[in-house]
Amino acid sequence: MADMALAGNVRLEGLNRRGLARDATYERLLALGFTLPCLLVVAIAVAIPCGWLFYLSIFGADGSLSFENYQRIIDGASYARIFMTTFQVSLLTVLACVVIGVPFAAFISGLEQRKAVWFLAAILLPFWTSLLVRAYSWLVLLQRGGIVNSTLMSLGIIDEPLQLAFNHFATILGMTHIMLPIFILPVLGAMRAIDRNIIRASASLGATRSFTFRTVFLPLASPGIAAGAILVFVMSLGFYVTPAILGGGNVTVISMRIARSLSNFSNWGAASALGVLMLVFTGTVFLLGYALQRFIARKAI
Amino acid sequence: MLLTPSEVRNSSDTMLKRTAAPLDVRSVTKTYGDFRALDDVTLSIEAGEFIAILGPSGSGKSTLLMAVAGFIRPDAGRILFDGSDIVRAPANRRGFGVVFQNYALFPHMDVLANVGFPLRVRGVAKREISGRAEAALETVKLSGYGSRGISELSGGQRQRVALARAIVFEPKVLLMDEPLSALDKTLREEMQIEIRELHNKLQITTLYVTHDQREALTIADRIAVMDKGRIVQLDTPEVLYRHPADEFVAKFIGEATILDSDRLAGAGAKGKVVIRSEDFCLRPDGDADGWATLEGTLRGIVFQGDSWLLQVELADGTLIGARAQQHFAPDVSALLIGQPLPLHVPRTRLHVLGATNG
Repeated sequence: MADMALAGNVRLEGLNRRGLARDATYERLLALGFTLPCLLVVAIAVAIPCGWLFYLSIFGADGSLSFENYQRIIDGASYARIFMTTFQVSLLTVLACVVIGVPFAAFISGLEQRKAVWFLAAILLPFWTSLLVRAYSWLVLLQRGGIVNSTLMSLGIIDEPLQLAFNHFATILGMTHIMLPIFILPVLGAMRAIDRNIIRASASLGATRSFTFRTVFLPLASPGIAAGAILVFVMSLGFYVTPAILGGGNVTVISMRIARSLSNFSNWGAASALGVLMLVFTGTVFLLGYALQRFIARKAI
Repeated sequence: MLLTPSEVRNSSDTMLKRTAAPLDVRSVTKTYGDFRALDDVTLSIEAGEFIAILGPSGSGKSTLLMAVAGFIRPDAGRILFDGSDIVRAPANRRGFGVVFQNYALFPHMDVLANVGFPLRVRGVAKREISGRAEAALETVKLSGYGSRGISELSGGQRQRVALARAIVFEPKVLLMDEPLSALDKTLREEMQIEIRELHNKLQITTLYVTHDQREALTIADRIAVMDKGRIVQLDTPEVLYRHPADEFVAKFIGEATILDSDRLAGAGAKGKVVIRSEDFCLRPDGDADGWATLEGTLRGIVFQGDSWLLQVELADGTLIGARAQQHFAPDVSALLIGQPLPLHVPRTRLHVLGATNG
């Protein structure tokens, strides 16, 4: 009522709308201005190399336009195996992250800020260490004469050293170590956002801690868990250093095959085709995962 | 509007039967560092009684409620429920219904699942759950909303769902932490009456935390006024309003002017005197002996709908507020700002602080 009276007297409504539209346009332009440098970097560092990759992949060994690079990947059984290995290693890394990360994040999310900071620092510490250093550290622990084996042998638990390094186990262990902080951060964010009163409400209504965890806490944290899982999976698909060192030649992932195509055969076409396929594969996984996450989030909230 | 106990017992729509139980808070203390959130709080609540805990923010009222609910462990003191000490019992074992300020509904469940949650926890059969949840929704006037999502509800509806969820498992105690503070004024007043009616129907022992003195006066059988972690006064709304125990209570509830009695001509008592702003009259009626008078100068007139607020400056410069009701309209229109204005108060309306009630 008051609004109508105002509009009738001074036509405030029309005046406002024009002003608001102008402000909105200005804001959009300003935001675009701020984003421009970033867009430029993305264009130079991502779009152009990707286009170049695609361009390289559609030329055969003789320099003519052909799909022989793709044909070879589709025909060769070894490629299918490599894709499967990559997929498997990534999936198991995600699984390990979920199994270790969810309870850990749940624990931290319940702490006071002061204590939580220390645990967060412990998670983020490995971030500051080089990938290479971390892979070799695991090697020091896991190899035949490594700390784990020598300790177990000196304790008389085992007679022969265990094959701990240079296999899937070591690869997944190393990758999980690297991916865990990346997984935990979005999960922790989602858990922190859960209203404490909702958890209290659940308790007041008679639910035990574990019942509350399963029926209230986890469903509300699930969008964060899904986001973390997708992030870890997509990043795991492109791992190179860790599987190369900890896999010791027994674990061949796509990125290693790409490197071999280049360093051993200097076959840019073949390497590019693998790169393009992996990009498409990763993109598909990401989009599917994103859709899934949206679905979970909608169901949860 | 309010039913007598026998009417309550006979009312046919009392689907949910209750057995109320008394709640006793004894010398409960809780400190955070140097801050005394609860300072030796003792509060006895009779079975089926509705008590409002009223106080400014930081007075410890929510801490007290959370201690009773089981979310805060007091440093000292006992909380007796139906005669047994529950201080060490975890919240989920206490069986109290709690309504939170921000509703605290489960956003990933629909209305029926929210209301049915406490029954699900208790292992009630699925079919019975939906029946009882539906009945609870009917009690809070939300029949047919069961399949709605929480995000589709308005603030008032969410509050009703939270209320239904807190009463569906027939708790013996209902705890409410500023349940209406997020609602607009009209809706809030409507809900106050409804909560009061619900209480008359169900007769659950109720603790209701609020910072809104009007809300406390409207809703409660008795009001516990808290300040700095202590209960300053526990009385019925009328006694609290008419006979505040100290200056804090007098100022916190209603509008009051507190003066030394010698400032008033004809006060007839010694000490600090509390005068409600609506008790000031522009002219004394009838027996002149029954009135006390305060001399001042009119500084402002504010029309506030149901009354005028007259700002009057006393001789020492303090500004006090007096309310003139509608029937004083001719008198008010004759007033001139800047002119002397004697204010009259019936002597029976004067309340001397520290004097015995009555």
